[in-house]
Amino acid sequence: MLEITSIEKGIVIDHITAGYGIQVFNYLNLDKADYNVALICNAYSEKMGKKDIIKINNVIDINYDFLGLIDPNATVNIIENGKTIKKVKLEVPDRVENIIRCKNPRCVTSVEHYFPHVFHLVNKEKRSYRCEYCDDIVIPYPNK
Amino acid sequence: MLKNRSLIDPSDFTREEFREIFDLGHQIVANPEKYSKSCEGKILATLFYEPSTRTRLSFETAMLRLGGQVIGFSEAASSSTAKGESIADTLRTVECYADIAAMRHPKEGAPRLASHYIHMPLINAGDGGHQHPTQTLTDILTIERLRGNVENKTYGFCGDLKFGRTVHSLIKFLSNYEGVKFILISPEELRVPEYIREEVIKKKGIPFEEVDQMEPYMGQLDFLYMTRVQRERFFNEEDYIRLKDRFILDKEKMSYARPDTYILHPLPRVNEISTEVDDDPRAQYFQQAKNGMYVRMALILKLLGIY
Repeated sequence: MLEITSIEKGIVIDHITAGYGIQVFNYLNLDKADYNVALICNAYSEKMGKKDIIKINNVIDINYDFLGLIDPNATVNIIENGKTIKKVKLEVPDRVENIIRCKNPRCVTSVEHYFPHVFHLVNKEKRSYRCEYCDDIVIPYPNK
Repeated sequence: MLKNRSLIDPSDFTREEFREIFDLGHQIVANPEKYSKSCEGKILATLFYEPSTRTRLSFETAMLRLGGQVIGFSEAASSSTAKGESIADTLRTVECYADIAAMRHPKEGAPRLASHYIHMPLINAGDGGHQHPTQTLTDILTIERLRGNVENKTYGFCGDLKFGRTVHSLIKFLSNYEGVKFILISPEELRVPEYIREEVIKKKGIPFEEVDQMEPYMGQLDFLYMTRVQRERFFNEEDYIRLKDRFILDKEKMSYARPDTYILHPLPRVNEISTEVDDDPRAQYFQQAKNGMYVRMALILKLLGIY
């Protein structure tokens, strides 16, 4: 039985869709952390069957738009003195900047590199986004 | 109010704002002399990073017929782009010299990007295989002159619907009008992009069919919009050669069309419309090119706030 103890002060990102935990981990650069971090994959979940969880033994800045883009089902719990003092429910962001890159080789973003890469939400269910410049549609993190 | 606005995509203006442009366009057709000094002292920059005949010449002629003047370049090699200058820097420089600009670029979204860096009105004169909103103005003025309005009609689009930017802009525009129906005729590989099918046609609830034959559908059409297979957008020459002659409109195919079905084409054509069709009174593509100049005159006047 794998045991990971609770944390006193930090952040727990729970209910991450199984398989996306590593992407959240990488985005938050947790491989470079000098504090305790646990990435738990395929944990049992009554509601989801299985889920990923990240426990961070530190308070760090989180871009909620990016987390919502990867997995709007995840929840972020802020922990102090071993207790949850705040729960953040994520949402699929309407607009994201400099998180996704356009893969259309005909898009202006493939040749000019000094401006933000902007995508707009087109379908919340599919989590599809449209490039502001070329209108190409991408589903960066499909609903599993 | 269209003064100082940019036209990058057909969704940038409302129906009412487009109506202002078309109404002025029809007035210019009726009496072009009246407008011959309207743009005295004004300068249009035509920034063409990609070859063009009609669009560039019609923009330049439009400005000259309004009494204004024109600066610009007709290929990227003759601008500082050849030295590695960015689109943003080129446009910011041009803004120091001109009052309004029309820009064509091979990369999709280049005019949208440019519009974020300048304050003068910018017109998208075609960006890669993406959009070409002033061709749409040309098409609509032509449709209105032939049939009064755009509503309650069936439009056939034939050829390269994937890279045909004029098709994307026209579909986007027409999708805002009641009673329109689309017949999309193309090889499977050249069907309309997903964002046009899903986010424009389906979202607006427009009835449409995607088919790969012309003849059975000719009798349903009010307008047939032919397009060239866009050789310059293919990464693979073999694919172009395989697809380029898939649909050729000739006299025999015209015999399936109704007497009141008009043929439009943004031009240039290669061989997708046989020259034997040119004398048919239903072939309207050269008149369409002429209307392009008038409607661009109207657009320039509106964006400069002169009318």
